[in-house]
Amino acid sequence: MEKSIDKNYMKLEFLSKSSNESFARVVVAAFASQLDPTIEEISDIKTAVSEAVTNAIIHGYEYGEGMVVVEAKLEGNRIEITIEDFGRGIEDVQKAMEPFYTSKPDLERSGMGFTVMETFMDELVVKSELNKGTKVKMIKEIKSQSNRE
Amino acid sequence: MQMDYDIVDDYLIVKLSGELDHHTSESLRRKIDRYYSSKNLSNLILDLRDLKFMDSSGIGLIMGRYKMCKDKKGNISIVSTSPYINRMLKMSGIYQIVDVFSDIDEAIKG
Repeated sequence: MEKSIDKNYMKLEFLSKSSNESFARVVVAAFASQLDPTIEEISDIKTAVSEAVTNAIIHGYEYGEGMVVVEAKLEGNRIEITIEDFGRGIEDVQKAMEPFYTSKPDLERSGMGFTVMETFMDELVVKSELNKGTKVKMIKEIKSQSNRE
Repeated sequence: MQMDYDIVDDYLIVKLSGELDHHTSESLRRKIDRYYSSKNLSNLILDLRDLKFMDSSGIGLIMGRYKMCKDKKGNISIVSTSPYINRMLKMSGIYQIVDVFSDIDEAIKG
């Protein structure tokens, strides 16, 4: 049976410490579980959240700590996730989204973060302003049980 | 994140378990590199079968170790059976540069 819920909302705010990366993805995955996703769908959400939160920590707050805000909305069979930082912003979003582009090759970043978000989620919108911050919005539709193999 | 080592012939086998993300990858990278250079081995096998999670930080770690092994004229291979991890490896193009096997014996035989 299709699991569809009216509406739900959560907000999580935490300091930009790398130890919070797993905390953030686990919270969003637990919230998303209300839509009864498959294991693969949960993995997709966890990975996409991990990428966006890591970007906020490494790039947004490169020169110091700040707050990262994660919000998630459930509506019908969709989850909309936003991840926001108030750090330095991205000068050229389009360039940052190119596969394998990294501003930090010395840290062995693969430059695949946005590609992973785009691949694992249905929609991705990135808004950024220099010295104000970056907001990543991602949407994923959870397929109904009846459509599953 | 836990890491275990084994040495078979001239292969350093690193078995990872737990979650590989940006937070865990930094110390892991240092440990692997230290061990790799101290044992003076050229070949590396990364066993990812017990990884519960990996994001693109894992891809960065693998690409970095690929370069490290190439510099020493060695080879790197991966052991992975999880469809989820394999999907990440395929997406990032790792499959094109690193051989992926389903067990250690196969990886050693190449």
